[in-house]
Amino acid sequence: MPALPPQPGRPGAPAPRRAPDAAPARRTALAEGVDQLRAAATTEPGRLRAIGALLALLVVAFGAVTAWQTDSRASAADDVLHHSQPLSSDAADIYRSLADANTMAATGYLAGLQETQATRDQYELDIRTAASKLVTAAANTDPGSSSAGIITDLNELLPQYKGLVESARANNRQGFPVGGAYLRAANDTMQTKMLPKAQELYKNENARLSTDYGNATPYPWFAIALGLVALGGLAWAQRRNYQRTNRVLNHGLVAASATTAVVLLWVVVGHTVARAGLNDSYDHGVKSLNVLHDARIASLKARSDENLTLVSRGAETHELADGTVMDAYDWGYDQEIATLGKGLKLADSLADDSAGRKPVAVANSSMTVWISRHKQVSSDNNAGDYQKARDGVIGKDGATAECFQAVDASLDQALNHETKEFQRSAGDGLDAMTGLTVGAAVLAVLGAAGAVLGIGRRLSEYR
Amino acid sequence: MKGGVTMRARNDFLRRLRAVRRLRISLRGWGGVGAMAVVCVLAVAFVLLLPLTQSRGEAGADLGGQRTTQGVQARAPKCDESTIQNQSPAPSDAGGTTIDAIKARGVLKVGVDQNSYRWGYRDPNSAKGDLAGFDIDLVTAIAKNIFGSAYTDKSIQFLAIPTNERIPAIQKNRVDMVVRTMTITCKRAGQVAFSAPYFVTGQQVLAPKVSSITGYNDTLANKRVCSAKTSTANDSLNADKGKKIPASVTIMDPVPNQLDCLVKLQLGEADAVVTDGALAASQAAQDPTVELKGSPFTTEYYGVAMNLKATDLVRRVNRILETYRTSPSGWRASYTKWLLPTLRADSKSANPPVPQYK
Repeated sequence: MPALPPQPGRPGAPAPRRAPDAAPARRTALAEGVDQLRAAATTEPGRLRAIGALLALLVVAFGAVTAWQTDSRASAADDVLHHSQPLSSDAADIYRSLADANTMAATGYLAGLQETQATRDQYELDIRTAASKLVTAAANTDPGSSSAGIITDLNELLPQYKGLVESARANNRQGFPVGGAYLRAANDTMQTKMLPKAQELYKNENARLSTDYGNATPYPWFAIALGLVALGGLAWAQRRNYQRTNRVLNHGLVAASATTAVVLLWVVVGHTVARAGLNDSYDHGVKSLNVLHDARIASLKARSDENLTLVSRGAETHELADGTVMDAYDWGYDQEIATLGKGLKLADSLADDSAGRKPVAVANSSMTVWISRHKQVSSDNNAGDYQKARDGVIGKDGATAECFQAVDASLDQALNHETKEFQRSAGDGLDAMTGLTVGAAVLAVLGAAGAVLGIGRRLSEYR
Repeated sequence: MKGGVTMRARNDFLRRLRAVRRLRISLRGWGGVGAMAVVCVLAVAFVLLLPLTQSRGEAGADLGGQRTTQGVQARAPKCDESTIQNQSPAPSDAGGTTIDAIKARGVLKVGVDQNSYRWGYRDPNSAKGDLAGFDIDLVTAIAKNIFGSAYTDKSIQFLAIPTNERIPAIQKNRVDMVVRTMTITCKRAGQVAFSAPYFVTGQQVLAPKVSSITGYNDTLANKRVCSAKTSTANDSLNADKGKKIPASVTIMDPVPNQLDCLVKLQLGEADAVVTDGALAASQAAQDPTVELKGSPFTTEYYGVAMNLKATDLVRRVNRILETYRTSPSGWRASYTKWLLPTLRADSKSANPPVPQYK
């Protein structure tokens, strides 16, 4: 069936026919506008109208960009002060509460029947604090993020931990040494699973804080550049006006220049002050807070290890590189005390005033006493005088308990001080940006109106 | 008559055949008798040799061992784990430099465990937090004998020694002796001197009373079994997996301390614990829902460990143990107080081991 012949060019056929149909030029609105402008530009009133429109546009654009850029910075600065720092502080609280709960559990266990109500209450309070702050943290976390995973894990581990501590307590009351094994299991859960996670959460929140700082502190270069262009345009327009009419001042244009200059100055000065405040809050607040939090955790861990050395009674050992075998918890204590010492040294160098240095110095001297008393406890324990060693740790007078409490209290004081420093500096920074957004917008509208009025006054001379 | 001749010839042949058979059988019989005779001669020789070598039983075993398994023993030349507990020197009341030094010091330094319930543990509810248990009773008996009328409640210094520090503590003279559920083994016997055994036990399975596990056998199939790091139990489990016990047994990661196994058992993370019977009994005493399953599958002896040079002290301890085993207020009373409830009276641990000396 060779019936189908080739059918060339059939779909293409109408095209050449239609092309001549479109011949009468249908021009775009833009092209028409350009033509109209070109036609208008041949006359002075036309040129003036164009100049006026351009100037008004520049000033308004400057105002808008300034408002937008300062608003994003002000809200980032506001986040630093009211959102990310509090969350970072909450994460630090979770971290601290967990470490503190573990310390209280170990102390209470070691005391056995003489466990004080205060220790027990503190333990319960720590657990409650951690649980409730985990809820706050969860509410401020994006689902699926690494922080969300950590919070889920911590929420699962917390009841497990508490179960182990309660089993330890119950067995201890029966006089069963397996209670000590439960407490070691609880401590292991805390120190190897929960605290590292809490630390990661704290680091994540600190990263968020850093991001907010990063968003709050750069200069709004685009707005500043636009401001300079607007000022330049206004100057040029006035010079042109002067050359053509010999009039020195055009009130409208002068007003527009003045408002633009004010907004520009405001933006630059306001940001410089805000940056200074925020940078100060970071250098002296956030950095100090981080170091102090770390030092406090180290002191808590050292304290729980010190208690556990006497609870464990040689059940777990750690072999040093040279083959010496040490009690695992005594070794842990040495590590944490060393970390505490380093942290306090760093905190002292970061503190920017005597009010900040003083509690750190107190903590440091308490730590020194702690170390010397701990040596005595160790030698008592190694000599087999268990009762004396126990009294040396949890007893009333001359025990390491006093030293630990002194370190903890002074670190708490230092943390409060640095938190206040932070809030003051960051608050100052935020205050420097107050009204900038609205002010820039209002002034820019006024400036644009001035420019339009100024040009309008010249225009009216042609009617 | 032809038939009669052939008949006789056939009978002759049969008779001869029977005689050969009888000879073979009688020869075989003589072989057995001969073997018995050799054994008798050997036995007589052993009996005669015993007083001369001043060693009982195990000397014979050694001799026999050397004769029969010379080639096999090349790798482990002298020590036999099954008789190592009999290598302690004979008891003596004599003094010596070590005993004199202890008396001069006025304090006996003893390495003990503080976490083994019923063996050596601190009662958290006693105001003074004193140590108590089967091992502690023995230490007290030893100290009372050494110090005599000078004994006071300050005569003993108890030092908590971790399991892996027992031998170094003795070698470095940090303690005079270690009384801490310490099994006498060949390896240890080369590093420290042991007293005669004061307790016999063996590796045993501990599981919940309701568990289907009946002992160290096939009932462990598909079960998770806990043991302590570097323990005999852990070694046995790894060696017996797929042989004495099914290959489907999950041997859990060894824990730092045997008590951690009880925690895992109670938390449902383990189905059974393998440890020596004494410690298993100590665990069972802390939880009424678990019990010892089956009988011990090894035999181990506990001894008091001392410095290799302190022979006078070792002999004295052996003398003290002699009295301690028989005295009504000694071994028996201590066993009844601490161990009878969980080990019961029919256990092979229920009687003190009969000592033999070098």
